[in-house]
Amino acid sequence: MKKTEKSYAGWYFLGIVLLIYAAVALFSTASFLSGLVFFWQIIKKIIPVFALVFALLVVLNYAIRPKTIVKHLGKDAGAKGWLWSLAGGIISTGPIYLWYPLLNEMQKHGVRNGYVATFLYNRAIKPALLPLFIFYFGIAYTAVLTLVMLIVSVIQGYIVEKIVEAGK
Amino acid sequence: MKEEKPSFKEALRKSGKSMWMSFPILLGAVLLVSLANALIPKQAIVNFFGAVPFIDSLIGAGIGSILAGNPVTSYVIGGELLSQGVSLAAVTAFIVAWVTVGIVQLPAESMLLGRRFAITRNIVSFVFAIIVAYATVIIMGIAGL
Repeated sequence: MKKTEKSYAGWYFLGIVLLIYAAVALFSTASFLSGLVFFWQIIKKIIPVFALVFALLVVLNYAIRPKTIVKHLGKDAGAKGWLWSLAGGIISTGPIYLWYPLLNEMQKHGVRNGYVATFLYNRAIKPALLPLFIFYFGIAYTAVLTLVMLIVSVIQGYIVEKIVEAGK
Repeated sequence: MKEEKPSFKEALRKSGKSMWMSFPILLGAVLLVSLANALIPKQAIVNFFGAVPFIDSLIGAGIGSILAGNPVTSYVIGGELLSQGVSLAAVTAFIVAWVTVGIVQLPAESMLLGRRFAITRNIVSFVFAIIVAYATVIIMGIAGL
């Protein structure tokens, strides 16, 4: 298969980021080193999530038929699709960008953009972090904000989908 | 017509290729997030806020959109902002934007999920960060919480 410009885009992007690091290193060694320390801390944390996403990709490509995905998360999935994406976003773990490859694969399988947007929005709601959130902001505020965000996640997913489709 | 099931080896190869294609993008995203955290001093955030609640909400959503990382950090900063007298709506907009908008991750999101999708999603999420903030504060007020 001939390599396209697009298949190199990621490497160009990485190259630009490395150039930015080089520029920062020239002007502020402390910021450069601090960035590297932070980078290493993130890498250590995300390795298990990276493995989880890879395992889910294998399951998606091996055991789940495109027809099944379209049935549950495609154009005609309806309310069930919103619920799946809502629940998926809440239970998914790790940094948001680690889920992009899996979501990209799901988009290719026919998953609605609205569901992808709702999944990403609900990554903001993390049951494991709720006790800490309650500690900082109180139980009433936490309950109201969580409820509002759950409702808004579906509304924004719907709006994103309509805007993206309108531009096609 | 019945769909042909791929072999496990084929699924593994396809998934590996997909991850490899995403690898430089993910690595670049982690590097950018790390640099943003190193360059933006968290202690200075409170200085960005003034006394006009709506403008503060815009500022909160703006700063939350640029900063990235563990949501716990946004709780700590949010708690600190509240204790410094910043409005609840502004702090809420900041916390919500932190987890729903990602300017630093935007290049990675654009490359993997589509530019139009990524830009639209981030703009809509930014607007909703302010709407969610005010809706939460208004509901709290009405319910007397």
